[in-house]
Amino acid sequence: MRSPKPELSTDVVKARRNGLFVVSIGCLVLFVVMICLLILADIFYLLHWGVGVEKFFKILTSPQVLDCLRRSFLTSFIALLLIVVTAVPVGYALSRYRFFGHSIMNTFVDMPIVLPPVVLGISLLAFFGSPMGNWIKVALQHYGISLVSSVGIVMCQYIVSVSYCIRAMKASFDNVDRRLEHAALTLGCSQEQAFMRVTMPLARNGLIAGCVMAWARAIGVFGPLMVFVGTGSRVQVMPTNLWLELNVGNIENALVVALITMGIASIALVVAHCMAPGRKWS
Amino acid sequence: MLQIQNTSLKAGDFTVCDINLTVASKEYFVLMGQTGSGKSLLVKAICGIIPIQKGSICIDGKDVTNLEPGKRQVGYVPQSSSLFPHLSVADNILFPLRIRKSNKKEALKKTAPIIDALNISSLLERSTLNLSGGEQQKVALARALSFDPKLLILDEPVSALDEPTRYEICKLLKTIQQDFSITMVHVCHNLEEARIVSDRVAIFSQGRIVQVGTLENLIDDPRLEIVRKILRTKGGQDI
Repeated sequence: MRSPKPELSTDVVKARRNGLFVVSIGCLVLFVVMICLLILADIFYLLHWGVGVEKFFKILTSPQVLDCLRRSFLTSFIALLLIVVTAVPVGYALSRYRFFGHSIMNTFVDMPIVLPPVVLGISLLAFFGSPMGNWIKVALQHYGISLVSSVGIVMCQYIVSVSYCIRAMKASFDNVDRRLEHAALTLGCSQEQAFMRVTMPLARNGLIAGCVMAWARAIGVFGPLMVFVGTGSRVQVMPTNLWLELNVGNIENALVVALITMGIASIALVVAHCMAPGRKWS
Repeated sequence: MLQIQNTSLKAGDFTVCDINLTVASKEYFVLMGQTGSGKSLLVKAICGIIPIQKGSICIDGKDVTNLEPGKRQVGYVPQSSSLFPHLSVADNILFPLRIRKSNKKEALKKTAPIIDALNISSLLERSTLNLSGGEQQKVALARALSFDPKLLILDEPVSALDEPTRYEICKLLKTIQQDFSITMVHVCHNLEEARIVSDRVAIFSQGRIVQVGTLENLIDDPRLEIVRKILRTKGGQDI
């Protein structure tokens, strides 16, 4: 005999009759289905062209793709170090201090997010064509460093992604109650000790989430790279390799790289969500 | 022990003006006044959390006006206990000593009398997130006492607690103050709290101290209407 259906709570019953519930959940489901369809389309396309598991791994382990993967990971991790070194103090300053120009600076920090990525690439090009930028370029060349190299890739990845981490850090520091910092000061801490022993541990999850989002953004940068660094074999990373493969008609290779990029982005998203600011100590 | 001379400070649009106050060594001094009268601002200035615009603050004969909070040797227990959520109860209590480079074993030995006096040894391994209000305030008190401060400031330490717990904590505070011979400054707006703990009371109103004395003297001889209102007295008798 089947057990009786559990009685639904009044709230759930009311929600089901609520038009707002239907519309909002409906939109959510449609959006998720759309994303899933895009991912599934890539997989089915590969299967349609006869790219099974064996061929997938053959493409993945080809010297060109491996070279791109290595360069992508190396440059994005270097960019991430620079991003963290920037985002922590900038996020702290925007969160904790009020000064002349605070609102304007707070707005400017978001510029790299709202500007089209290709515009950032053009701006980098314009900067290094200017007298100041040219001086820096010449100084780097003196040490054997060319901008059309991993250095240029790191610059592009940094400038496109740093704002994401700054925002995450500001939100994390905003979530740390200042009274805890005051308590630390009265207990014998200097400002720096209070920051290291209280503020940073409490902002840790936000830092991790910000780093993951920034890194996922950095590894997927495309527009600025095309403009500033180009697509030579010594500077190819996953997004530019994908574009080149598409251009010469190697759809299968392009899709393999696309799926790898999607996989990396998905893992990054899950980690970032698990470490969202305020999740543990809200 | 505590000398405040001609001190003024500002926070936003609110000003605390011309404060002159002396608290004797081992005295339990209470600051009373209505909400928003400036009591908490003054104690934060004593701790060094906010700066003063005019005047001086001396603790144990030393001018601490421009000294960092951590160097003033002032313990501070705010209204919300401000326990560090990422540390256990034990690590919270030992925090000031670890900052001062004590190892954990030495620090535990030093804080054992305080932990026993507050009866919180069963809480040491717990997270601070699951403590009751009374337990949190006891742990905050243990943490503030752990580094032998010259002065302990309590900013409405029991206002968020229910009445029985408030009574229990106030009795405990008075006992701790006597047993450990500490100078205490206690901010409250509750007459019963003041009755239990105070040696002397200062009445605050609109950023100024309007009268100072023992609670009995203030009740017998309130000089202003606001004092009568706060102490609920018509001079010599409670309303």
